Amino acid sequence: MNGKVIKYHQKDINTDLIIPARYLVSKKLDFLANHCMEDLDPDFVKKVNDNKYSILVADSNFGCGSSREQAPLALKASGIKCIIAPSFARIFFRNSINIGLQIVELSNIDDIKTGDVLEIDLKSGEINNITSKHHYIVKKQPGFLQEVISDGGLVNYAKKRLI
Amino acid sequence: MGLTITEKILREHCQNKSATAGDFIMAEVDRCLANDITAPIAIEVFEEVISGTNVDIFDRHKIILIPDHFTPNKDIASAAQCKVLRDFAIKHKIVNYFEVGRGGIEHCLIPEQGLVTPGEVFIGADSHTCTYGALGVFSTGVGSTDLGVAMALGKCWLKIPESIKFIFSGKLGEWVSGKDLILYTIGKIGVDGASYKAMEFAGEVLSGLSMANRFTICNMAIEAGAKNGIIAPDKVTTSYLESSGFTHGISYQSDHDAEYVDVVEINCDMIEPQVALPHSPANVKPISEVSDMQLELDQVVIGSCTNGRIEDLRITAKILKNKSIEPNLRCIIIPGTQETYLKAIKEGLIEILVKAGAIISTPTCGPCLGGHMGILGEGERALSTTNRNFKGRMGHLSSEIYLSSPAVAAFSAIKGYITSPQLK
Repeated sequence: MNGKVIKYHQKDINTDLIIPARYLVSKKLDFLANHCMEDLDPDFVKKVNDNKYSILVADSNFGCGSSREQAPLALKASGIKCIIAPSFARIFFRNSINIGLQIVELSNIDDIKTGDVLEIDLKSGEINNITSKHHYIVKKQPGFLQEVISDGGLVNYAKKRLI
Repeated sequence: MGLTITEKILREHCQNKSATAGDFIMAEVDRCLANDITAPIAIEVFEEVISGTNVDIFDRHKIILIPDHFTPNKDIASAAQCKVLRDFAIKHKIVNYFEVGRGGIEHCLIPEQGLVTPGEVFIGADSHTCTYGALGVFSTGVGSTDLGVAMALGKCWLKIPESIKFIFSGKLGEWVSGKDLILYTIGKIGVDGASYKAMEFAGEVLSGLSMANRFTICNMAIEAGAKNGIIAPDKVTTSYLESSGFTHGISYQSDHDAEYVDVVEINCDMIEPQVALPHSPANVKPISEVSDMQLELDQVVIGSCTNGRIEDLRITAKILKNKSIEPNLRCIIIPGTQETYLKAIKEGLIEILVKAGAIISTPTCGPCLGGHMGILGEGERALSTTNRNFKGRMGHLSSEIYLSSPAVAAFSAIKGYITSPQLK
């Protein structure tokens, strides 16, 4: 996939920041998307829409805190197709895999900037920063997770392989 | 090489009988839990999984649904979410659905009802599901999709975690509780200090701790990023199970030569009551240092899945007896369950608390996650016995949350600023 980056160089961006609990009274995706990242950056949704950002880059332990699946759902519904961070909190990580939101663990995010265009090939484990000409090799996910990812999420995986 | 308790439990619950840390497994789950925030999505997923198949609910006795976050319904939207749970529970004859007035906060309620047994694999669509590790259970928080799939198939994918062993040695000081030990530990290792790993708690201090303290410790394993917190069953576990009339289950113990990625020894002799400062549960300082800061409070909250048990209310009442809460401060006390509430009434605790000027809330997660029953206004400061103090979690983005034990919270409610009974 190709996409444009929006970056928050901040560690421990928690699920309360991604989607505050006051919005957990609904599971409607457009509602969640409208309030995504609101407490971190009130202009997040506008920035993503206006600039067609589709790759979120953040620092380590992204998604820590609660198990609310509304967090990756809100990001996905807001137009984000892939999240890149040095590390992810585990429940956020599994929720993203389960709902088919791409997750990439990249140890050094320093050279990636908002507005950069990235070319991501998860099959080969390569990322090209078209803007800055940097090239990154990322660790491929283990076989089981690749199956879930290639099935488009856990529901399809379960229907295809467990029933 | 031997196995940890976590490895043993998970190996017993999957087909790969040689699975160890690092292996992906499809675990057979003994229980699955969801609440009013996570169940509506899980139910949608469940319907999607079973559609076009002959699969139905995997076991109506093993699914637990508890509306506890925004209940009693705080608004029309949350009422609609709770109705989804209720309708689903009725349709599928879910045995363990706990209506408002019959239940309480999930992680206080489940052990109280005997719905978790040593040796089990327990998943819950709530991050604090790690609480039950205190009973020697592999217990972990998952998402709604995981839960929806598990409700249909009784299975959940897991990577068997590596373990870090925490050994609490020495002697616990007066007014120092399980809450202080876990805050101290998180302060030491950080909010991602145990990411993806099992935190196994042991040592002479831990052996002497009550189940309530142990639940508090395991409850906050997630705040260090852990997959699960776990304590091998011992005499305290056995007597707790026996006195409650619950079954013993299977008591797994780590082998002497089990492999740990790290062993952290914590001498408790010098540990004071601890406080986590905004905006991270790892931003921990000893109370003597925090007390010197003279941090005036607008609100104190005592309750939650971390500290809403009868033992927590007893210590709160002991401190508030014949005392008055500082006039400009709101003290909100939340019994974790209806049974705890009733015990507190019978023991005379509620009268003590009300006379001191506290308000008693119905069992709910409420203010902990900024839901209702105690939202903070602009610039307000709260001391809370809950588990997270992320920016804006309890209300306005400019508000501040400090975390402590019930003893520190109760004493601070009298004084009006953050301090501790041992400093008086």
